Amino acid sequence: MSEEVLSRPGRRRLYHAGMVGLGGLLLLFLVLPFVALVLDGGPEAIWRGLGCPLTWPALRLSLGTTLISVVLVVIGGTPLAWWLARSRWRSARWLEILLQLPVVIPPAVGGIALLLAFGRRGLFGETLERLGWTPAFSVVAVIMAQVFVSAPFYLQAAVQAFGRLDPNLLAVARSLGASPPRLFARVALPLARPWLIGGAAMSWARALGEFGATLMFAGNMTGKTQTLPLAIYTALELDIHTAQALSLLLVVFAFALLLFLRRFNRGVEPSRRPAMP
Amino acid sequence: MTGDSAPRLSLTVETALGPFSLQASLEVGAEPLALVGPNGSGKTSLLLTVLGLRKPDRGRIVLSDEVLFDAALAIDRPTEERHLAYLPQDFGLFPHLTAVENVAFALACRSKRASTRQRHDEAVAWLERFGIGRLAERNPSRLSGGERQRVALARALASSPKALLLDEPTASLDVEARVEVRAFLAESIRSLGLPTVLVTHDAMDVEALASRVAVLEKGQVVACGLLADICKAPPTSFASKLFSPSRISGAGAIADPICGGDVRHN
Repeated sequence: MSEEVLSRPGRRRLYHAGMVGLGGLLLLFLVLPFVALVLDGGPEAIWRGLGCPLTWPALRLSLGTTLISVVLVVIGGTPLAWWLARSRWRSARWLEILLQLPVVIPPAVGGIALLLAFGRRGLFGETLERLGWTPAFSVVAVIMAQVFVSAPFYLQAAVQAFGRLDPNLLAVARSLGASPPRLFARVALPLARPWLIGGAAMSWARALGEFGATLMFAGNMTGKTQTLPLAIYTALELDIHTAQALSLLLVVFAFALLLFLRRFNRGVEPSRRPAMP
Repeated sequence: MTGDSAPRLSLTVETALGPFSLQASLEVGAEPLALVGPNGSGKTSLLLTVLGLRKPDRGRIVLSDEVLFDAALAIDRPTEERHLAYLPQDFGLFPHLTAVENVAFALACRSKRASTRQRHDEAVAWLERFGIGRLAERNPSRLSGGERQRVALARALASSPKALLLDEPTASLDVEARVEVRAFLAESIRSLGLPTVLVTHDAMDVEALASRVAVLEKGQVVACGLLADICKAPPTSFASKLFSPSRISGAGAIADPICGGDVRHN
């Protein structure tokens, strides 16, 4: 019917207007909150917000714990991903799926799971307590929550990176006499490096934004377990401009991260460039 | 090189391979052997089995006086201990290393005592031996096909191999480079005198590089013999197409599988 109602150029115009209109609406919706975040209240209010007593302890804690989390994730995740990528077992494929679970479950569920496992009354909590260690509601719990939610991001990138390596290169390296450690350190790691760094960056971003699991498992204690996202939540009850200032801090970190990834990717040959934001 | 007899690769393997089973029994001495057969006939699988990257169900692989694999005796030497030079289709140069670092990698695998400096100098010497010393600091992405192959061969030989395995050595090259690479490989293979197995789809490769041919069909070696004999009585339709007179340079080559170049070099 419409073919008769609209001429060909008319249909084309409608198509363009529809595409631009729909896309533009979403774009506007995505951009406007950032505009408000930067402009609302003016620089003075934001500056005053930054001076809030919550800010610096939360900033210090966030940077410190996320740094430790990323290091732990990379140290443990790299060997795990190498094994997963090379394993021919069917169970390895299932494990890969299982390890992606923390990405799709709500962080609050992760927090409850951590609490049930390592909390004082948790499955392993009593054993840990007898050993004199109660991680829940401490800095360690903050790190545990961050590792739990952010590790899958690194793992996924690393498994893909190792899986994409040219099997011929690995075969040649071994035929030349490369032992398994040398194969890993001198061939696999350098070749996978751009993707590993990308994965670690995304994992860091996820750890920095971690809220739900931390709140459940580590609590919200200023100077002890209150990371930046938790401080934003607390500040909201005191003064919106403090929350705004803290949020801007996180935006700055996230933006710096994206710039870093862009710059970093530029150094990699186009054909080997990982698909990154 | 150990053992006073001529180096020799002998294998008898049997393993499940998709819809059929791979069954091969081959002897390779100083005369290079070409493995030919249609896609999926098991050529590359056989090569990977010799390399130790694919474990056969039954069989035995012996290189000179060393048992690489023996199912009955539960011997299965890892790839890195088999001393086989493997050249895949695109030569497998490490893209994150320069030409000289690629060669030094092989040296580092074999001699752990030498210093980095010593290895570098030795690697440069290897490249010079292959006429590409001036390309030492180049990345593989900035080398031509022929140059890449020389680096790969220098690297393979720097690891002091006891046999040579080539997988379609000219397939990824353009026509001009193919001629150069083929000539260079032919000369190298003959002067090395190592047991050499060559997987190829190219009758010209077979003619230039190999003196014996094994024809694979659905995992079975249906014929194995001198190129001339295989040409006279092709065992499969694939072999008769591959070695049809139009694809071999001349009748003389068929009658005498050892080309003129060989006579000159010896």
